[in-house]
Amino acid sequence: MNNVLILPIVIPLLAGMFMILLRRHVRIQQGLSVVSLLCTIVAAASIVHRISDQGILVLDVGGWPAPFGISLVGDMLSALLVLAAAFACLTCLLYAFGATEKTHRLHFVFAFIQFLLCGVNGSFLTGDMFNLFVFFEVMLISSYVLLSLGGRKTQLRESIQYVMINVIASTLFVVAIAYLYSIAGTLNMAHLSERIAAIGQDGLLTTVSFLFLTVFGLKSGLFLFFWLPNSYSAPPPAVAALFAALLTKVGIYAIIRTFTLIFYHEPRITHTVILAMAALTMLLGALGAVSNWGIKKILAYNVIVAVGFILFGVGMATFESFTGALFYLLHDMLAKALIYILGGAIISIFGSDRLRKFSGLLLYRPSLGWLFFVAALALAGVPPLSGFVGKVIILRGGIAEGRIVLSAIGIITSLMVLYSVMKVFIHSFWGETLMSEGDQKATGNVALLPGFLLVGLILAMGLGAEWVLGYVKQAAEVMSHPSLYIEAVLKQAG
Amino acid sequence: METFLTIISGVLFTVGTYLILNKNLLRIILGISMFSHATHLLLMAVNGVKRGAAPLLGEKAASFTDPLPQALILTSIVISFALTAFLLVLGYRTYVELKRDFLRKWKDQPDE
Repeated sequence: MNNVLILPIVIPLLAGMFMILLRRHVRIQQGLSVVSLLCTIVAAASIVHRISDQGILVLDVGGWPAPFGISLVGDMLSALLVLAAAFACLTCLLYAFGATEKTHRLHFVFAFIQFLLCGVNGSFLTGDMFNLFVFFEVMLISSYVLLSLGGRKTQLRESIQYVMINVIASTLFVVAIAYLYSIAGTLNMAHLSERIAAIGQDGLLTTVSFLFLTVFGLKSGLFLFFWLPNSYSAPPPAVAALFAALLTKVGIYAIIRTFTLIFYHEPRITHTVILAMAALTMLLGALGAVSNWGIKKILAYNVIVAVGFILFGVGMATFESFTGALFYLLHDMLAKALIYILGGAIISIFGSDRLRKFSGLLLYRPSLGWLFFVAALALAGVPPLSGFVGKVIILRGGIAEGRIVLSAIGIITSLMVLYSVMKVFIHSFWGETLMSEGDQKATGNVALLPGFLLVGLILAMGLGAEWVLGYVKQAAEVMSHPSLYIEAVLKQAG
Repeated sequence: METFLTIISGVLFTVGTYLILNKNLLRIILGISMFSHATHLLLMAVNGVKRGAAPLLGEKAASFTDPLPQALILTSIVISFALTAFLLVLGYRTYVELKRDFLRKWKDQPDE
């Protein structure tokens, strides 16, 4: 009945499995990836459409009714994220076709991108805590492979650290699940929410919620982001773009889900901590972005700033701030993919990451330059691009809630973000042209198609904000009223 | 029984933490696998080991053990097994490439 919910998980999985069989046929693999992504987009769009018509969709996998079996739950939040993830993944893939090295293509890079998407979509759609852990692992194992594929020395060094951090975080995840199960006796999210509302969120449960916050904070780069800049600088640009667009967002989604659906009874404790972590994340991330002189590091710190900003919206826990946070989350998935793809193109042209060596690219690559300029404005949140709408709603919510300091931090860090990306723009595109066309290591043209695609999407999201907001508000409605989610999942069982 | 398992799990976590704080790569990997064992024991201990009977005895059974923690442990074991294997390969490859297995000296390696 609601079988469409499983399509965004199964399509990439099947496509990835076929690609393993077709190792030598890179062309077929590329075609298959595009077909799979297009199918995923269509499936996700139809899920969004059906949810806006009929409300939350629930699929009890294996026919076991909700609290006993694992159910997939598509509410608007999940569905919109799946859609945005598919778009971001498609563009990263288009960039990867041109930008990855031959050895990469022969070693299943496209297959693992599909598996990564499978894990990401699964995490968004599942309605079960342990299943969330499993899909997290699917996603993380693919990301380990993508990060270490190629085996350059920096990559190996960083992937060891990345894998260790994530394995330890996953261990803590299982520990948190063990505690939660022993207290509540269930792992279905809706059922958990119902039971915790019934027994009250006491000190023990709040402690468990902090364990979850630590785990998801580690994965999403909320305050515990010390591993992120190095790990995101190591892989080839196409993979880094995919990571920046998808991985931290899954962590953010998990925080949103657990703290709006399950642990929402003690906002004075949990949400205050989330807000404090968000503020520190924004500040430290912005400082990192401003102080670095390598493109990769600057972009990685920009990822961190955005995480802080979204969690600022989530932590305030009002209808309006949820709307803003989700809108900004969707925007950020596309914007981060865009800026990473363009940054990757610049790096491939100069053959270096150091800003001080760059100069005068606008003469040869005007379209790349203008794309980068638009992307920088989108990141900072300049209208009519989509970042603006999300930022305005979050900040308006912040000021209405009396969170003046946090709002000020949000605005200041936005300016610092603008400065950091403009620094990249000015150094690489302005100034004297030092390099002749022949000296350039690559043309960077592969970035143009995905670049224009993403700029088009961001513009459409900004100009059609009213239309997108209709869907986003439906998601925020569920986020601020967990009973809607619980009813949809459990009523079906009864 | 549960108390005993909890203590053992705590000991394993301690040993794992000690090993992870080491600078030798192999010990860190061993520490991580200690961690996963500790987690599995914990999962078992906090959810009750023995409640008198086997899990599936029909709907009218007076007592039965909750089978879910064991299912969770099984899944988790598979995942941590795969991860340990991956980490060992990654560690070996890193050792071959960087010619050293001490994390401390990695910082000396220049970025490419």
